[in-house]
Amino acid sequence: MFAIKAENLQKKFNKLIAVDNISLDVKEGEVFGFLGPNGAGKTTTIRLLTGILTPDRGDVIIKGIHMRTNPIDAKMMMGVIPETGNVYVDLTAEENLFLAGKFYGLSKQVLQKNSNELLSNLGLYERRNDAVKTFSKGMKQRVSIACAIVHNPQILFLDEPTEGLDVQSRRLIIKTINDMNKKGCTIFLTTHNIEEANKLCERVCIINKGKIVAIDSPEKLKNTFKETQSIEVSFNKEVKKELLEFNSITKIDRQGDKWVLYTKNPDKVVKDIVSLAEKKDLKIIYLSTSGPSLEEAFVRLTGGEK
Amino acid sequence: MLSFLRGVMVTAEKNIKIYYKKAPVIIFGLLFPLFMFTSFYMGRNIDISIFFPGFLAMALFFTSSSVGPLITPWEKQAGTYERLLSFPVSIHTIILGDVLAGAIYGILITSPVIIIAGVLFNITITSIMILLVSLILGTICFASLGVALASPSVRSPSNIMMFSSLIRFPLIFISGIFIPLQELQGAGRIVSYFSPLTYLVDMFHTGLDSISVFPVALDIFALILFTCFFLLISSYFHKRNMMKGL
Repeated sequence: MFAIKAENLQKKFNKLIAVDNISLDVKEGEVFGFLGPNGAGKTTTIRLLTGILTPDRGDVIIKGIHMRTNPIDAKMMMGVIPETGNVYVDLTAEENLFLAGKFYGLSKQVLQKNSNELLSNLGLYERRNDAVKTFSKGMKQRVSIACAIVHNPQILFLDEPTEGLDVQSRRLIIKTINDMNKKGCTIFLTTHNIEEANKLCERVCIINKGKIVAIDSPEKLKNTFKETQSIEVSFNKEVKKELLEFNSITKIDRQGDKWVLYTKNPDKVVKDIVSLAEKKDLKIIYLSTSGPSLEEAFVRLTGGEK
Repeated sequence: MLSFLRGVMVTAEKNIKIYYKKAPVIIFGLLFPLFMFTSFYMGRNIDISIFFPGFLAMALFFTSSSVGPLITPWEKQAGTYERLLSFPVSIHTIILGDVLAGAIYGILITSPVIIIAGVLFNITITSIMILLVSLILGTICFASLGVALASPSVRSPSNIMMFSSLIRFPLIFISGIFIPLQELQGAGRIVSYFSPLTYLVDMFHTGLDSISVFPVALDIFALILFTCFFLLISSYFHKRNMMKGL
């Protein structure tokens, strides 16, 4: 059974189609990344999947429960950190967690135990009785995460959870996501941070203008754009561009004192460089190869670079 | 059903804790009836038993419907509304939770007013049951009105305050508070039928001095009908404007 299944989701706002016939499946225990440029429809999709918005067409099924017919039962399975999901700043950190837990029907004893454990893990236990309005942005976001997982959800939706946070808070949040996933929780994550998605996610979905443009593992997506593999090289003497225009090169760029050679066949290009260096009596000062990046795949798929 | 009821209770608890327990809200709730009483009764040669039911209805009306219009704009402004929607609740859960909190606040503020006034002015109660039913129905009805007034999609509470005053203040002038219903004639009388406050004032008269215009069953029916109407309006507009102003 899939943890999350979306079938032909569509949502319009007046004439604008924010989400256009989106279908996706997320397996149980998977970390699924949802990427897209600003205005691509990420937040609308997450709002449809979490039952905050009702789709004009299509269905969302959470662990076999239809969101349209049983929204409350479906929501009981999940924890959500919405894009604008601030916590109540007049309440203390602990009161916020208790309030969230009560919505899920947790008993006082369970709430106290879970709350103490979470606040300790997130470095907030000493401040648990302080009003959240006295907290920094990172601390508020940690309270927000704690509120979303206080009931140990089976699925966790996170909409840009690390946006604008300091390194310490970001690491704590990433660690919490990893810990939740180790316990079997399915993670659905939207992020702008492509490197974060690359490290965390088993599969990523790229959305643009309300439509899915790709769903695959980060490595497979990167390999879709093999020509974006590159070799950076620097010599002890100035070398003209023409000398580096080997057969398998697709593009050459100058970056500082280095040449960046783009190719589908890095092995052949490295051999050509070594042969050139021997022939022209050049000393190689720097040589490095880079694989295709998820960022490059993202930019290509979303039409960011023509 | 259990999840739904739990959602209503937790939403109401959240509202009371965050919005109703604020010192200015409690002070306003207690002082407002006092100001109204001194403004409309002191120095005028009015029989307290005739004035009191209207005054009580006015106090209940303003307290029950005062905070409800502000909760949704406050939540949208603070960025907490989307989180609330992400909990296992529906828009109806949130609406009923807001109504319940407003009704509890209305009852808690109005009850001391009845007790204090009863002791100070020796107000007689002819039917405690009718008085209790009118208190409960009145607070629910006006708390529902308060929540309905929160329907426009604004993030600024000050805009809602203006809109809320525009709707609420005229109601007190057409509801038999300043001019007893028996004395209202022609168009004034017809207009009064369209105000829920009219039926509450009449029901308070039944419970306090037995001088009423309508049968008590009609008052109850009218208050329930107005409550349903306000809840329907709330449901429609809150659903339509849910994501606006986030």
